[in-house]
Amino acid sequence: MSAETTVLHEADYAVLDRTWDRKPGLRGWLGQCNHKTVGLRFIVTSLFMFLLAGALALVMRMQLAVPEANVTTPEVFNQLFTMHGTLMMFMFVVPMFEGLAIYFLPLQLGARDMPLPRINAFGYWAYVGGAGLLLTSIFFGAVPDGGWYAYVPLTTAEYSPGLNLDFWLLGVTFVEISAIVASIEIIVLIFRSRAPGMTLARMPIFAWANLVTSGMILAAFPPLVAASLLLEVERKLGTAFFDAARGGDPLLWQHLFWWFGHPEVYIQLLPGLGILAAVIPAMTRRRLPLRWLVVGSFIAIGIVSFALWVHHMYATGIPTQALQFFGAASFMITIPTAVIIFAYVGAVWTGHVRWTVPMLFAVAFLVVFILGGITGVMVAVVAFNWQIHDTYFVVAHFHYVLFGGSVFPIFAGLYYWFPKLTGRQPNRAAGLWAFWLMFIGFNVTFMPQHILGFLGMTRRLWTYEAGLGWTIWNVISSAGSGLLGLGVLISVVAFAVAWRRGEPCGDDPWQASSLEWSLPSPPPNENFAHLPVVTDQEPRWDAGSRPHPHETTAWYQELASPPEGQREAVLTTVADARPQAIVVLPGHSLWPLWLTLAILVGLVGVLFDLYVVAIVGLVGIFVTLVGWLLPDSLVDARPAADDDAPGDPAATGGGRR
Amino acid sequence: MTRRAAAAALLVTLLAGCAGPEAMLDPFGPSARNTALLWWIMFGMGTAVYVVVMVLVVLAFRRGRRRPADDPALAARDEDTSPVNRRLMIFGGIVGPALVLLVLNVISVPMGMAVGDRGASAEGVEGFAEEDVVVNVTAELFWWRVEYPGRDVITANEIHIPAGEQVRVRLTSQDVIHSFWVPKLAGKIDATPGHTTELVLEADEPGRYRGRCTEFCGLAHAQMIIHVVAQERAEFDAWVEHQQQPQPQPPTERLEEGRQVFFGSSCVYCHTVDGHGPPNQIGPDLTHLASRETIAGGILPNNRGNLAGWIVDPQAQKPGNLMPGTQIAGEELDALLDYLESLE
Repeated sequence: MSAETTVLHEADYAVLDRTWDRKPGLRGWLGQCNHKTVGLRFIVTSLFMFLLAGALALVMRMQLAVPEANVTTPEVFNQLFTMHGTLMMFMFVVPMFEGLAIYFLPLQLGARDMPLPRINAFGYWAYVGGAGLLLTSIFFGAVPDGGWYAYVPLTTAEYSPGLNLDFWLLGVTFVEISAIVASIEIIVLIFRSRAPGMTLARMPIFAWANLVTSGMILAAFPPLVAASLLLEVERKLGTAFFDAARGGDPLLWQHLFWWFGHPEVYIQLLPGLGILAAVIPAMTRRRLPLRWLVVGSFIAIGIVSFALWVHHMYATGIPTQALQFFGAASFMITIPTAVIIFAYVGAVWTGHVRWTVPMLFAVAFLVVFILGGITGVMVAVVAFNWQIHDTYFVVAHFHYVLFGGSVFPIFAGLYYWFPKLTGRQPNRAAGLWAFWLMFIGFNVTFMPQHILGFLGMTRRLWTYEAGLGWTIWNVISSAGSGLLGLGVLISVVAFAVAWRRGEPCGDDPWQASSLEWSLPSPPPNENFAHLPVVTDQEPRWDAGSRPHPHETTAWYQELASPPEGQREAVLTTVADARPQAIVVLPGHSLWPLWLTLAILVGLVGVLFDLYVVAIVGLVGIFVTLVGWLLPDSLVDARPAADDDAPGDPAATGGGRR
Repeated sequence: MTRRAAAAALLVTLLAGCAGPEAMLDPFGPSARNTALLWWIMFGMGTAVYVVVMVLVVLAFRRGRRRPADDPALAARDEDTSPVNRRLMIFGGIVGPALVLLVLNVISVPMGMAVGDRGASAEGVEGFAEEDVVVNVTAELFWWRVEYPGRDVITANEIHIPAGEQVRVRLTSQDVIHSFWVPKLAGKIDATPGHTTELVLEADEPGRYRGRCTEFCGLAHAQMIIHVVAQERAEFDAWVEHQQQPQPQPPTERLEEGRQVFFGSSCVYCHTVDGHGPPNQIGPDLTHLASRETIAGGILPNNRGNLAGWIVDPQAQKPGNLMPGTQIAGEELDALLDYLESLE
């Protein structure tokens, strides 16, 4: 081997940096499609949505603190809970997970960018467009008020004649399209852009979690898009899909909605578990035990979650025998979830635990999510569900699951990766204050809501009378929500301050195992000048997996010093990640933005019944798609110089010219 | 605080969590009692599981805290060096939950089936004996229309049932989806347009049981209350007989004056007394209004003051309800109230 070994030319960092940099000026800023920019935009925007949705919840808690309060009118209260749920589910959790995946997955997988960068940028603009459309409703006094699952017939034109629900349907659908686009992108990334040698068996669990989630989004979101279109057509054109009087059926909406809505719960859980699969091994210096079982459990959750949707519909009058099936299916999903949790517990048991802020949030996940999981099993029991369905017991349950399974892991991830984003650490004392306020505030807010459910308090009540025994628990719950809000605020302020003034912490403050920590913080424009060659599941803990100048091939060298302006990335095979081709990725483009604006024009036309405007939007969509597809932006693939190289370049040692 | 006082305080707190007019863990019927028992079984099982898991978590962190960073086991490339991991995942992740869930399934499925027939209901009252009580409830924006097929009784927001007997409640809706829930008696079931669903209500003893609409149905959703009044059978039969009676011609001039006000005002666009009024029955039937304990969708005690306020400005009491205010004042209002209060 030694005779054939060539020493790699020093990577041409200047050329790589220029090639992968953004263009100057406002146009350059708008036209960026690098995954780090898009990912960070997703993260920051969704964090803003979290704060907004949280603020709405605080107003609701003020209204509900005492009986017959008059903080809001019923109109405003209905808008508050609808927007709280919609923003949290559609505009915060899913986009935040997408943002974290889009930013960190290419870094973890050893890729230079997402494989379809312009579609990636379009995904972000579609998210902003949909969220923007939804939030504009406030200027028209038509904030959606039908609840986040928008049951018909309450949401048909007959009972909700305003534009409120149209804003909701069109805005949410646009964001769904953004999620579908991002999922396709993430699946292609995971299957075709992994570093050479990173076989599926060596792929990080975080990537597995996102792969399964993306597949679920592809199966679950289109039915909701279809259902939303049916409802919008019903509202605008008077069709009868959901109208019992004309042969339709209101239950159709519930089946379509929960076919999406139940997997959605796991779509909001699996990436969180994936984040913890990065955080916990890093903080315990211990590999996850029985990795194959953990991966299998992720896949099992993804599949079984599609067999549970009826457990939101126990009270609709479906025969009891049928319900028992869905109850048992709901029980089943406990097992893979428990396997994953015990893998984390096992890593802690056999590892070296460090008390860092991300680790504390991981502990909060264990304490809170497991409780939510146990009440989840109870909620799936048919007879019990008939009593507690739509009560505050359920509100408490799903906040334990979602805060435990999504929000705490997201904060674990934000504290874990913040040093990678900025090269700085947020203030530790602020992190600890934020953690304890959030953890205690959360439990004080939601624990009493279990009891409120037993006392008969149902969801979506804008007011209640005294004498029901509810007041004391509502007072406690509202007080807790203040603590929780304060904790979140401290975190956000700590991030904002640390962005420029945090303590520098080097490239790898955690001595973590995955590839992103081999890069400088923040990562350079091109991510990897030298592509890493991976030989282990935890490449950073395995000396063989570092970027290895002596184990390289001609194409590998070429990748390190590409022709000026060519964004070159390597395409690898699906299962064993053998290099297949060098692809030139498209860079800067304003077309995704123009396409989004054209779609928005179309949607506004539909919204206000201005069909001329809608047609202008349709023409605009056509024009921008043609513009997008003009040849300059076509991906130009050519075979790798040595695609006849047998097997894994790391294994063979490469070096053939 | 002494230990005994602390225990007492805890007990009081727990009990406070179980009692109240709409508390499901304070059951007064076989169905709700069955579910309350199911809850306490699950509470015991759930607490045991949570405690075991949390003990394992605490143990895990104690071990993990003690292990030094340079422990050679950490560098081991083989992920399964420690048998404790395999035990945790196999027993904690698979065997444990499978056993617990199997036991829970064996307990909960028969208890669910025992709650009784629920679900879609056939039309009509065939198959019921004459003395069986069947109640048709139509949920409307934001009140409950209550009819007794075969008995020719119609009322609102109040379901009278004989105590100790199974009563079939058949639900549907004219407008949006509502859900019917009286926590002390039974679980909830939806009232959906185009569907008829059915629920069995049984109260152990006479009493008033409060419930509400539990599916978000619009602005006044929070103020859509239902009362179930359980009575001894004889008392119930007397109530039915009373409700079947038409109102006599007003015996006094004063009441006749009130009757004139009623039929001369916009009230009759939606309400009927003895079948005089709109054919499509938009609002509650008022023939026996004064015999009901509440008005306004079950939220206000039925007294003169509330009635007057409700007639003049219903939106102040219950924002978003469909009843418009009526411009009646002074002497006319007094007469109208006298008349309405006479509708026993």
